[in-house]
Amino acid sequence: MNVHEYQGKEVLKQYGVDVPRGQVAFTPDEAVEAAKALGGELWVVKAQIHAGGRGKAGGVKLARSLEEVRSHAEELLGKVLVTHQTGPEGKEVKRLLIEEGCKIQKEYYVGMVIDRSTGRVTLMASEEGGMEIEEVAARTPEKIIKESIDPAVGLLPFQARRVAFKMNIPRDRINKAAKFMMGLYKAFVEKDCSLAEINPLVTTEDGRVMALDAKLNFDSNALYRHPDIQELRDLDEEDPREVEASKYDLSYIALDGNIGCMVNGAGLAMATMDIIKHYGGEPANFLDVGGGASAEKVTEAFKIILADDNVKGILVNIFGGIMKCDVIASGVVEAAKQVGLDRPLVVRLEGTNVELGKKILEESGLEIIAADSMADAAQKIVSLVK
Amino acid sequence: MSIFVNKDTKVITQGITGSNGMFHTKQALEYGTKVVAGVTPGKGGTSVEGVPVFDTVEEAVKETGANASVIYVPPAFAADAIMEAVDAELDLVVCITEGIPVLDMVKVKRYMEGKKTRLIGPNCPGVITPGECKIGIMPGYIHMPGKVGIVSRSGTLTYEAVHQLTTRGIGQSTAVGIGGDPVNGTNFIDVLKEFQADPDTLAVILIGEIGGTAEEEAAEWIRQNMDKPVVAFIGGKTAPPGKRMGHAGAIISGGKGTAAEKIAKLEECGVKVAPTPADIGETLVQVLKEKGLLEQCITKK
Repeated sequence: MNVHEYQGKEVLKQYGVDVPRGQVAFTPDEAVEAAKALGGELWVVKAQIHAGGRGKAGGVKLARSLEEVRSHAEELLGKVLVTHQTGPEGKEVKRLLIEEGCKIQKEYYVGMVIDRSTGRVTLMASEEGGMEIEEVAARTPEKIIKESIDPAVGLLPFQARRVAFKMNIPRDRINKAAKFMMGLYKAFVEKDCSLAEINPLVTTEDGRVMALDAKLNFDSNALYRHPDIQELRDLDEEDPREVEASKYDLSYIALDGNIGCMVNGAGLAMATMDIIKHYGGEPANFLDVGGGASAEKVTEAFKIILADDNVKGILVNIFGGIMKCDVIASGVVEAAKQVGLDRPLVVRLEGTNVELGKKILEESGLEIIAADSMADAAQKIVSLVK
Repeated sequence: MSIFVNKDTKVITQGITGSNGMFHTKQALEYGTKVVAGVTPGKGGTSVEGVPVFDTVEEAVKETGANASVIYVPPAFAADAIMEAVDAELDLVVCITEGIPVLDMVKVKRYMEGKKTRLIGPNCPGVITPGECKIGIMPGYIHMPGKVGIVSRSGTLTYEAVHQLTTRGIGQSTAVGIGGDPVNGTNFIDVLKEFQADPDTLAVILIGEIGGTAEEEAAEWIRQNMDKPVVAFIGGKTAPPGKRMGHAGAIISGGKGTAAEKIAKLEECGVKVAPTPADIGETLVQVLKEKGLLEQCITKK
């Protein structure tokens, strides 16, 4: 689960990680109030959307007066920001973070990820702050410092210091930088993060080491033990169809094509999208109904697929293992009747009780096109939507 | 022969009194798996499908001599269940549970260092040696004993591949689902090593998907160490970057983990990659023909 920058910073602050003072604002008035409360004579107005690259897209602005805070807030709120991470449609700005300005000496990068090959949390750092770490990794891999963390003892102070020295943090700031990383690690493990990126981490003229930006992702499988993090979920930032699907425990991702897919199992669902594309079609979605789908779940899945006006046809691909084909077939028939099937539907069933399932489809009186294999099914639906 | 499990494997079901544990224990027994005990803390002394239930894994092992376990415990308690099984010194633990917090698995992996137990999963369909032992949630009847090994990150896609083999008369030595999570117990290379060493496995199917670099590492290992033919399929060519495709581990991040990279690396290392999931069986048949292994691999005419 993603959260906004200001929320990530709030979490980090609880763990002693230094961040600029700031306040969230939903209106220009609130932005001005926030700036007044912060005091000083320099503020940063930052668009809050769940995507990186905001600075380059014009979503971060400096203000030297309260009037400027207001005009920047008026300009940004309601604006659709297009960054390299939002896709061409962009994202509408609905929240701002108003922060105190600071005098930056130098920008660095600090991140934490779960390294699949070691099965451990890895601390990554670089003195090349402000740019994408992938870019640094490609151009100057020697400038990326990595430290693998033993979960039994956690990040050790000497490791944090070693990283700080290698990053060329000024010597008088090493302890502060180490403390920063220790706090970041503590937040990471105690709040079940799956990714943390501080880009940039900055040293300032008044001697601080702080997170100028913060991107935290949380493990959705661990949210059950973090009600405070769950509350940070911003549904405005998610696709409404994906939100609807998650209510029924369906794994759904909207795509750009016109062939709706309903499949059991994540791997088979991905492979079904691939085979549609292979035969010249474009999938409209990824949808895994899971291993134990009920007729009700299948109906909801159908409704979500059909609610997408781009969908010109549907492909159902089920390999019944534990989930029996006759149950799926009944669900499909029930759903088609309930929602009023108005687009071509190709169904491929295989596995447990397949004959029974096929019989239910045939006898339903609905216009359901049966397919014998995945290839057959994909070819049929692709030709039908053309 | 086979890998990991055979007709002598004695299995414990952890979480046997839950609905999943109960259902799949029944299915396993019907398949002929030796399920010798169940464990549910607090339910010791009862029985499920005639299988005695114990409070602890330690006790279950002591009383029955089990050497493997399968876990159907809910995600919040699954990491603890794995570590309990490791502590009881089982040879093999298969964790079916989906949705375990990844940092729990980081701890589990650390706990397992230096211990003898092999963990398969989590978030996997399990392991089956057709005709001998089924541990997990796969439909047993689609399998057939034979000479082709299968290793996969996906459940239903494995069934698809198995089905394509069985309908062509090509049986399987062992099918191993390593699971779709980013941190897991057994990786592709661990399984490939076993298949390479198993005299009754003549060829291998590897099913991967987007996310991470495990397929690339496996490809390199195959090039250097394997003389048995390997055929692969990689799911997720059409997956958009930055989106988690159902499995916790199936995500393209920072431009890494794409299907195209994996396919290119596998082909570079001499692994034939099926162009679509429907071609896995046919691609294997072609490779077996080229190597002169097809006749030996057809175990049912």
